[in-house]
Amino acid sequence: MAQASAAATPPKVPRRRSASPRRLPYLLIAPAGLLMLGFIAYPVVSVFYYSLQNYNVTKPWRNGFAGFDNFTRIFTEDDQFWTTLGFSAQWVVVQVALQLTLGLALALIVNQSFIGRGISRAMVFSPWAVSGVLTSTIWILLYNSSTGFSRYLADAGIGDYGTSVLSDTGTVFWAATVAELWRGVPFFAILILADLQSVSKELYEAASVDGAGRMRQFFHITLPHLRDAIILSTLLRGVWEFNNVDLLYTLTGGGPAGETTTLPLYVANTGIEGHDFGYASALTTVAFVILLFCSIVYLRLSKFGGDHK
Amino acid sequence: MTAALAEKNGTHSARPAAPAGPPPATPRRRPGRERAFDEVPRWQIYVPLGVYLVFTLVPFYWMFLFAVRPAGSTSLVPWPMTGEHFSKVWNERSFALFFQNSMIVGICTLISTTLVALAGGYALARFDFKIKNGFMLALLCSQFIPGALMLVPLFEIFKNLQLINSLGSVVIAETVFQLPLSIILISGFIKNVPPSLEEAAWVDGCSRFRAFCAVVLPLLRPGLIAVGSFAFVHSWNHFLFALMFLSEQDKQTIPVGLNTLIGADSVDLGALAAGGVIAAVPVVIVFAFIQKWLITGFSAGAVKG
Repeated sequence: MAQASAAATPPKVPRRRSASPRRLPYLLIAPAGLLMLGFIAYPVVSVFYYSLQNYNVTKPWRNGFAGFDNFTRIFTEDDQFWTTLGFSAQWVVVQVALQLTLGLALALIVNQSFIGRGISRAMVFSPWAVSGVLTSTIWILLYNSSTGFSRYLADAGIGDYGTSVLSDTGTVFWAATVAELWRGVPFFAILILADLQSVSKELYEAASVDGAGRMRQFFHITLPHLRDAIILSTLLRGVWEFNNVDLLYTLTGGGPAGETTTLPLYVANTGIEGHDFGYASALTTVAFVILLFCSIVYLRLSKFGGDHK
Repeated sequence: MTAALAEKNGTHSARPAAPAGPPPATPRRRPGRERAFDEVPRWQIYVPLGVYLVFTLVPFYWMFLFAVRPAGSTSLVPWPMTGEHFSKVWNERSFALFFQNSMIVGICTLISTTLVALAGGYALARFDFKIKNGFMLALLCSQFIPGALMLVPLFEIFKNLQLINSLGSVVIAETVFQLPLSIILISGFIKNVPPSLEEAAWVDGCSRFRAFCAVVLPLLRPGLIAVGSFAFVHSWNHFLFALMFLSEQDKQTIPVGLNTLIGADSVDLGALAAGGVIAAVPVVIVFAFIQKWLITGFSAGAVKG
């Protein structure tokens, strides 16, 4: 195709690149830029604005500038804020740590060559494609006390019938954790596997000629190579696990007894169900600042992109 | 598992074809040297993998089992099969409509994300311009801004645009939140196409656009498939935007439909499972199709930056 038009327009040939005006890159990023300005930047600014307002659709007569009242309320009166923040932290740390460990192990395994590797990869990665709500659906079926797996275990003489693990405050955290792990591990496994493919084979050969065992090779070649990918993916996943409400909203609804309410879930309840947009926005602002602070500290501590290479 | 045992016995005998370490298709190793160091015993692959496969597949099987076995059955074998749950959710619980809505949202998001990201990615890959670094930074930062926390202002915006209860609001929101990663991925792919190919086409008299379509686009196919599939799968799965922006029953998408089944007073497990299967089928098909591009897709663009 390219050659076909060559004969038609020979005079235009030289320096096509400079013939394209300097405006072209701006035109190209314009659609993306405008969408992000309108639907990310503007909402972020308006969250800050709302957070300084009394803005409650059910009490319009009180609406107006509130100064820092919403923030004072968060830090001095609102016990639920601290509880949900604590649960969020627990959730993020447990999820990211377990997903990373299992994902790394899984990536190392499916990176070997063995019979049935292609199909095994497809199968172990498949929950990646599944949504939070679908994950909830599946695990609700599994955890159901009258027809789930605990019933079959009880029939076989292991454990007892009892109540669903989702309605027991002692077990609900781990029940939700396992469900989220099921879906989250493939994310890390895929990212780490992608990075593993680029480790130079010669390094391992040289190392084994020098007599380094597999453990030493792992700690001295593989892990340092994966460093940046691991730092970045744990950070992204941590933010994602903090923000994501799909699974907990549908699996436990934040219950029992508020046991599994994360901060974003609390925000959504306050804003959408409680119609208290001002207060929800203040909570959002605080969550955003916490997230940003933690991310910066994490990147600093982990020396992301440092001189290790 | 029998394979695992068989492999275990054969590990330390001469098996020159079994490569060790990461990349497949490694050159054959000379027999009798340092194999103990870098060749993984087969059982160390098959045993943990088998355990993990059980963890992955049993939940899928469980859903399938509940979806096809007759109500009241406790059999662990999906036989005799029944379609009663499927016809029930499809017809009575309006999953036919939800399915259609989800398809519209998924396909529109796929198209808009790919087009916008292609333009932006090309700009980042091929040009130096003043706000380039700022734009990159904005893309990265936007990853930290939570969709869930933006619900309130987004709701207000869509109300003002009169897009509440329209699938358009969901398509826009999904596109916007897909964009940053998609742009970064696509620009990674475009960087991998040597600029000299395009320049050759310019010399032949092609316009920039024409050269791009004729030379670059065909080489980008795997990348575009990866990015488009991400966009489709994400918008198919995403729950919150649809839940918040679409309040009318006949506008809702499959995840919201599933949630209404979960929230029902007495949960009809058969119907729930059948709904789950309906929700899973398209993404599993897409996933099976893109699986081999997924890993290359990530290593080309996302993580390496």
